[in-house]
This record gives sequence, structure tokens and C-alpha cells, in this order.
Amino acid sequence: MKRGEGTAKWIFTAAAWTSIGAVILICVFLFASGFPAIGKIGVVEFLTGKIWKPGNELYGILPMIIGSLYITAGAMVFGIPIGIFTAVFLAYYCPKKIYPFLKRAVDLLAGIPSVVYGFFGLVVLVPWIRSIGRGLGLGGNGSSILTASLLLAIMILPTIIGVTESSLRAVPVQYYEGALALGATHERSIFRVVLPAAKSGVVTGVVLGIGRAVGETMAVVMVAGNQARMPAGLFKGVRTLTANIVIEMGYAADIHREALIATGVVLFILILILNIVVALLKRKERS
Amino acid sequence: MRYSSNLKQKLQLYKRRPGSFIVMILVIGSALTTFLVLFFLVLYILSKGLPYITPSLFSLRYTSENVSVIPALINTVIMTFLSLLIAIPLGIGAAIFLAEYARRGNRFIYVIGLTTETLSGIPSIIYGLFGMIFFVTTCGWGYSLLAGACTLAIMILPLILRTTEEALKSVSDTYREGSFGLGAGKLRTIFRIVLPSAVPGILAGIILAVGRIVGETAALIYTAERWPRFLKVYWNQDGHCRYTCIIWPTKGCIWIRPMRRQLYYWSSYWGSIPCRQQWLKK
Repeated sequence: MKRGEGTAKWIFTAAAWTSIGAVILICVFLFASGFPAIGKIGVVEFLTGKIWKPGNELYGILPMIIGSLYITAGAMVFGIPIGIFTAVFLAYYCPKKIYPFLKRAVDLLAGIPSVVYGFFGLVVLVPWIRSIGRGLGLGGNGSSILTASLLLAIMILPTIIGVTESSLRAVPVQYYEGALALGATHERSIFRVVLPAAKSGVVTGVVLGIGRAVGETMAVVMVAGNQARMPAGLFKGVRTLTANIVIEMGYAADIHREALIATGVVLFILILILNIVVALLKRKERS
Repeated sequence: MRYSSNLKQKLQLYKRRPGSFIVMILVIGSALTTFLVLFFLVLYILSKGLPYITPSLFSLRYTSENVSVIPALINTVIMTFLSLLIAIPLGIGAAIFLAEYARRGNRFIYVIGLTTETLSGIPSIIYGLFGMIFFVTTCGWGYSLLAGACTLAIMILPLILRTTEEALKSVSDTYREGSFGLGAGKLRTIFRIVLPSAVPGILAGIILAVGRIVGETAALIYTAERWPRFLKVYWNQDGHCRYTCIIWPTKGCIWIRPMRRQLYYWSSYWGSIPCRQQWLKK
């Protein structure tokens, strides 16, 4: 009996180690396969090279880095205000009767797989942006930075809404009541008192949203145009880090393949930095 | 939360404070945008896709004329089952350790929390890359169900771990004390008392995990799938993009059309890489 207990404890401990082991394995194998290529190509050439032409042995991922940044920034521009305002609506404006319904709708939005979003973008957003672009005389075929930004903004909404709403609800109701008692309007109390008090939670939600936007693959591949060149305009196509991997990995070999894995390493490091930011924010929130 | 006052009072208040009025309009406008977009998205996909769900869609043979979803469906089921088979014992075991054995405030717990958070933040394409490097190449499994399932298992591990841990922690301590008081050991307490009462929470986590597996694409392309087939029947073979298949069976033409330029680009590209034969043979 006693012996069984000991064994069980060891088994559970081992199971707990798997998540640590997985992170270590992922780091080791990604870095081990990616860094040699960065070394061969040259760190500066790889990170700041403006031309990606594997056929000519030119591996510069700056266009992809900029592309990812632009699309993420665009998604933030649309997603953050709408997300935060919607969270405020859910926490402070929403009639009680429709609240469960809307809450479930947000969960549904979070559960839709990214390819379905991508498909929606492809058949709805792309033609729409194409006609707007042509109407404005800016050209473009609809697959563009703007399209990808809009789609990603929709995709990160549930993340931002969920985290922001729960942090708004965690603010003591006395803050809100106190502000009201001092004569502030409903809106002023929320935006000047409650929202600042929930700041770290809101920022966490935004950073998580950035992480999701940077790492998004299938949806972006379907609507961003994927031209491996420096971004030429809002209505012109662009390729992200994730798209670069998923598009070319299938036929890449040797140094090309390693360069793609190195692209993944750059993406991975970006995500790790964002994760560290989230961890720090959470620690700050707790203390 | 809202403190009620009648409409007239409210309007008067907003007249005096136009800034607040604008903010209110913004809040309600944003919420409307969010939910309208969502309903449009869901209705659009359902209305366009449902009419195409016909018996021929579920025929047993996949041909280029009749793009059956059956192969994809079966592969999805097997893939889901396999990854759950790997991830559930690991996730629940780890959660039991965290909730029942580890002391609170332990450094080890903190590290595990950090790694699970890292794992849940990693985008699926990175999992796909890792799976390709580790399971497909290093372990020599090739593009296979097993490689795909292992990759997915790592991906859903944090989800199962977190939800199970929450569920175990929410089981009242009096249950444990009662069990100990009746002379049961720790192991018996966990399996007979704590786990059964935590089942609903654990199931919820598993269902979330299934949802994630079924919708997963990027992590599977380079672990469970071969490129040539990926080109040929992008959406239907081997478990890619099942939802779209099910909802939108005419996908082939719709997807391929905008992709044609890209396909051409790919095919011309293939010729220009001398080592591609060698790579294919690997």
C-alpha cells in the first residue's frame, strides 16, 4: 500500500515535468535547427536583408518582420478600441437579460477555428477591400495589409474582451459608486476611475491579443497576399513571418529549409518576449 | 450595475455633458459592431454552406468530381482520439501533482505555471515546425498520424492541465478530510473521491481541447501531411480544415481559384530548385 503511494507520487511528478520537458525540447530543437542557418547567412543579413529570394541564395526576412508588425499594428488599431469598448459594454451597459446570450457569442467567436476566419476573409473581406481600393484609385487585388488587419482584429476581439471584462469586474464596485457620488457621469466614472484601476488586466489582454495576432497563420495566409517584398501600401499585399514558413516549407531544402526554421525561431523569440511581458504584468497585478 | 434613472433625466444629464454622450455612443457602437460582425460571420457561413451538405458529400470514395469529406472526417476522429490518449493522462497526472501533492508556493509549481503559460502562448505554426523537426525528422516517424497526434498533444496539454487543476482545486477540502478520516490512503482519496467530483470540470477542459484539435491546421501541415497531397486536395484529405469541408463542400473550386496564381508560382518554383528530388526522397 505504502509502496503504491510512493510510485503514484513519482508518476504524477513525472507527468508534471512533461510541460517543462516540452518547453525545453521545443527550445532546443528549434534553436539547434535555426541558429546554424542564421550563422551561415549572417545575423545582420538575415534580420535586415530586404530581399528574400531563396533561388538566388538571398535570405533577408526584414520584409516579413515588417509585414508581421504592420498587420499586428493594424489589428491593434481596430481591435483594441472596439474590444475595450465592448468589454465596458458587457460589464456596465448590457441589460441583464441579453448578457448570457452575448457572453456566449463572444465565447463562440473565440472558438471558431482560424481557417474559418480565413475563409470568411477570403470570400467577404477580400472582394470588399478590392472594390474599396479600386474605388480610391489605390489599386491592389484585395489581399492586403488592410484586409489582414481587419480579419485579425476580429480574431483577437474575444481575447481582449474576455480579459478586459474580467478585470473590469474585479474592480471593487465602491470605486464606481464613489465616482458617481462625486457627481461624475456613468461614462466618466467608468473611463476615469474603473478602467484605470483595471489597467494591468486590460494591458494583459492587449498583449495576449498581440501574441495571437503575431502567431496567426492560416487566416493571414489566405488574405494577406503573401508577396515577399517590403510593404508598399495599405492596399498592397504583404507576407508575414508565419506565412513565410507555411508557404515555402513544403518544397524547401537545405539552407532554404534552415532559413525557414530560423524564421520560426525569430517568431518564437518574439512570442517568448510577449509571454515574459504577460508574466511580469500578472506578477505586478498580484503584488 | 446600472443605477436607474428615467430617460428624461438621462437626456438632460447628457445635454450638460456632451463628452459622456459621445463616449456612450462609442461604447454602444463598438458593441454593436462586434456582435453584428459575429452574427454576420456565422450566418454567412451557415447560409452558404448548409445547402451543400448532401449525401454524396459523405460517400466513401474521394474523387476529384465528388470531394467527399469522409477521409478527412475519419482522420480527424483518429487524430483527435490519439492526441487525447496522449494528452489526457499527462495533463491529469500533472494537475493531480499540482493540486494534491505539491506544497503551495513551491518554486516547482511556479516553474510549471510559467511553462504551461508559455506553451499556451506558442502559435500553432511553431508547434508544427517543432513537430516536423522532432517527431518527423529526428524520431524518423515521417509524416504520420502519430507525429501529428504527438504535436497536438503537446499543444493541448496546457489547456487540459489548467482546467483539471482548477476543477481539482474547487473540490472542497472536507471531501478529502472525510476520506482520510475513514482511513483511505492518499491515492484512494484522489481516485475515488476527488477525481469523480471534479469530472465535470475535467470534461469541459477535454471538450475545449477537442475543439482546438478539430480546428487545427497549421500544426498539422508539416507533421501529418505531405506537400504533394497538400497541393492536390488541400482541403479534403487527411484532416485539414474539417469545418470548412463540412460546411462548404464546394471548397475545392472556391479555394483553388484565388490560389491558382500561387499554385503556378509554386509549380514554377519547384523546377528551379535542383535539390528538390533529393529532398523528396528523404
